[in-house]
Amino acid sequence: MSDKDTQGRGGTPQDPSGGDFSERLRRLDTALKKAQADRTDGDEHSPRPSKSVEGMAQALRLASEFAAGVIVGGGIGWVFDWAFGLSPWGLIVFLLLGFVAGVLNILRSSGLMKKPGERE
Amino acid sequence: MDPIHQFAITPLFGEGTFAFTNSSLFMVLTVLTITLFLILATGRGALVPGRWQSLAELSYEFVANTVRQSAGNDGMRFFPLVFSLFMFVLVANLFGMIPYSFTVTSHIIVTFALAMLVITTVILYGFWKNGLHFLHLFVPSGIPVFLLPLVVAIEVISFLSRPISLSVRLFANMLAGHITLKVFAGFVVQLVAALGALGGVLAILPLGMAVALQGLEFLVAFLQAYVFTILTCIYLNDAIHPGH
Repeated sequence: MSDKDTQGRGGTPQDPSGGDFSERLRRLDTALKKAQADRTDGDEHSPRPSKSVEGMAQALRLASEFAAGVIVGGGIGWVFDWAFGLSPWGLIVFLLLGFVAGVLNILRSSGLMKKPGERE
Repeated sequence: MDPIHQFAITPLFGEGTFAFTNSSLFMVLTVLTITLFLILATGRGALVPGRWQSLAELSYEFVANTVRQSAGNDGMRFFPLVFSLFMFVLVANLFGMIPYSFTVTSHIIVTFALAMLVITTVILYGFWKNGLHFLHLFVPSGIPVFLLPLVVAIEVISFLSRPISLSVRLFANMLAGHITLKVFAGFVVQLVAALGALGGVLAILPLGMAVALQGLEFLVAFLQAYVFTILTCIYLNDAIHPGH
């Protein structure tokens, strides 16, 4: 319906200067947006990766997110112990914090939890 | 026969720390390939792109879309960085798929250097753009005060684990993929050597596996470059809009 409307108005000869020009630009813009939305819906060859590739990319991410949290937690704990001579308390505390951070990484990268700055 | 042998670093010329190794050679080859590809493919600048030009335009569009989706339009100022990273990782991974070549990204020091480049950019730009407001990244809103030290510690560890997970993921996938490929290809030779004609018949099984794995490795080579790119964009997004 809106399509027919724009065609009908575009068909009538009008003064191409002034405010009418920006009106025509705006109409062209909406028509282009619509055409582009149609294309990205149906086009197989759009440069965006397909759903399955995105899913696999996410699967590859998840495995290492958890491990990285634990490794960093353990590393900080070890350095803490080495610097302050508190062995083994630094390792215990920071390894556990690392586990929590790893779980947090996974929840975040799978979109189940908000980023720290985000508010609802 | 040693499946790890392919990752050995051998100096080609020069001595000690600054020797020009096979790793350096393939990094130079990677950069040269990307540069030549982009210069030659876009040199013509035809309105209706040919094969090479559409390949170059496709890679531009792909990375540009990823940046816009993950980091918004403000993220486009980092497009040169993200595009270089994507092309480097992708071409280095694909170079590794050529038999007898060296996989640059199968060494953790290379991937870790790339990840540190990303994280350093995020931290420096975050502080330059937002000042101390950038630290809000570590302080979630609506947390009771007595829980705050614990939560901040967890957030900091979570942030520090980013370069580790970024580099370990790329390095481990390339390393494991190439080792698996080499092991299955090694089975073929060992079966024929040990059992003769019967071994030759049996060797069809691991050979089929090696062919299938080769296909999978091409997919992984592309996917890892894509994952590296998209995570770079997500981290840059934190620097551009912390706590939006």
